[in-house]
Amino acid sequence: MFKKALALGLAAGMALATSAIAQEPLKMVYIGKNTGNPYFDSINGGFEDACKSLGCEYEFVAPATAEATSQIPFIEAQIQRGVNVIGIAPNSPDALNQVLDDARSKGILVLTVNGDLTGNESHRDATILPVNFDIVGRDQVEMVGSLIGYEGEIAILSATTEAPDQNKWIVGMNETLASDPKYANMKLVATVYGDDQPEKSTTEMEALLANYPNLKGVIAPTTVGIAAAAQVVQSRGIADKVKVTGLGLPSEMRDFIKDGTVTAFQLWSPYNEGWLAAHFAKGVLEGTIKNEVGATFEVPNLGTITINENNSINTQAELTTFNADNIDDFDF
Amino acid sequence: MSTMDTTRPAQDIAPAQPRWKTLLIRPETMTFILLVVGVFAGSLLSPFFLDINYILKSFTLYSELAIVALVLTMVIIAGEIDLSLAANMALSACIFAWAQASGVPVPAAVLIGLGSGLAMGALNAFFVIGLQLPSIIVTIGTLTLYRGLAQVLAGDKSIRVPDWFIGVDKVMLGGIPLPVVLFVVLAIVLGVVLGGTIFGRNIYQIGTNEVAARHAGIRSARIKAGLFVLAGVVAAVAGIMTASRLGSVRYDLALGGELQMVLMAMLGGTYIFGGRGTILGTFLAAWLLVIVSTGMIVANVLPAVQLVVLGSLLIVAIIATNLIYSRTQR
Repeated sequence: MFKKALALGLAAGMALATSAIAQEPLKMVYIGKNTGNPYFDSINGGFEDACKSLGCEYEFVAPATAEATSQIPFIEAQIQRGVNVIGIAPNSPDALNQVLDDARSKGILVLTVNGDLTGNESHRDATILPVNFDIVGRDQVEMVGSLIGYEGEIAILSATTEAPDQNKWIVGMNETLASDPKYANMKLVATVYGDDQPEKSTTEMEALLANYPNLKGVIAPTTVGIAAAAQVVQSRGIADKVKVTGLGLPSEMRDFIKDGTVTAFQLWSPYNEGWLAAHFAKGVLEGTIKNEVGATFEVPNLGTITINENNSINTQAELTTFNADNIDDFDF
Repeated sequence: MSTMDTTRPAQDIAPAQPRWKTLLIRPETMTFILLVVGVFAGSLLSPFFLDINYILKSFTLYSELAIVALVLTMVIIAGEIDLSLAANMALSACIFAWAQASGVPVPAAVLIGLGSGLAMGALNAFFVIGLQLPSIIVTIGTLTLYRGLAQVLAGDKSIRVPDWFIGVDKVMLGGIPLPVVLFVVLAIVLGVVLGGTIFGRNIYQIGTNEVAARHAGIRSARIKAGLFVLAGVVAAVAGIMTASRLGSVRYDLALGGELQMVLMAMLGGTYIFGGRGTILGTFLAAWLLVIVSTGMIVANVLPAVQLVVLGSLLIVAIIATNLIYSRTQR
């Protein structure tokens, strides 16, 4: 029996190997950080639609928990399945190095999507990130400026004091405010930290309102912070006095947009990350796209995309702005 | 395997069971049957599953926990438990990695790592045997303590190990990865010790009735302390092996591993209240766990379904174990 099953498995393997020569469709897989995360459902949607239109096979898998090594058995399994492309949102910047090297030595194209192996970039082929993080600070200042008429006191409600992305954006905001005359009449009065906890963010927001009675705008460049700040503004009914904006999830912000608490906020489209990754992978494997810094390629709906330093690719040049007109088009 | 049966006094009422029956109605038999079923189910689920190299490679991912589970089985048979072993793996690995990163030569750093594992085992032994505290409470405490110390030492960053030290799982002995060989060898050694020596028999006696064992002249304190220390050292070995496999160490190494270890012991028919169980059972259960998890992962089964299957397996194993033991008890 055992032998028979083994023979069967072997036969299946042989059949697979021969049909691979006869133009087998490309097999792609995307490994999320963990299951039950709506953000990844959206990336998955992009992958799925792209693979459908490109004629590739596609599957989404993810471990139950997001701990550093939980993705390793999943990567091993995909190598064993003989996929051509592994897209992954890595749970660790370095614990996956060895197994990703194994995958690449088997000829699998390894792409990190929505997160990178910072400091270990040599263990993947390319990374697909939503937006160039250098411009987030500038865009956010423009956003709040347009909401308050480019005049008055503003404050920042951030995540933790150590959060690397947020700190990078805050530096960008300060530089933009200091250097661009367009924002000369806007004054940043405080930067506070809600630690990405709803309670602490709410307390910090209330403290801002108490300490700065003339406050006109708040930028919360974190999904937890913007939701907490909007909640405070909503319960106090001061939406016409204080404008809250920042980076938020459409699913969490929909009600605040609908009732007018928040006029507009920004983020990127995770869907496009999956869409771009699938197109890029197919192009690279078929030889139509060169995976080299400086090379460019066309992606339907996204236009011309350039490969930046460290083989890093951004899906969009600017942040997406969500408001009452388009909020219903997004479900992540 | 038949140690327990021979140590039991002959019973007057019940006639002796035929030999095939005593061999068949054992928890290990159930584990073995589940293992065979698992192999078949896995090969039906995915054509990519039945590949011995893939299964061996997958086993290396669980081998560190499986190695520690072998010693944990002996601790449980002796009537105690040690839930701090996965945290011990993390702290030993962090101390090892931190030592070599701060300039200590690697062989010395390995010794420091092993020494810290020994110290952690000794601390557990001191609380449980010296202070007579319940081991489940003590080791839940030290689990948190060791994990916390690892985080203090390593912070939220990873510590690299040198390139030449990476890849214990890629070292092959006769086509079999080294961690798997180590697991098999340790299982044979511990199996012989537990099943074939007086020391092993004493462990069963302590677990069955410690007071009686002490009256019979068995040095239960010394034996149990020895088991805690042994578990600590083996956990350190496993932690350093994990460091070599991953190439870097973080405080969250083997996070949640204590549950996997207990799962292996339970699936193998070790009785949670002590006195019963075998190394063979844990050995088979480790393979069962790998076969079932790997079979489902390579078939892209949803993680939620995987958890349900693993949970059901454990429930089946516990019910069967208890049923079998209650039948064979007087």
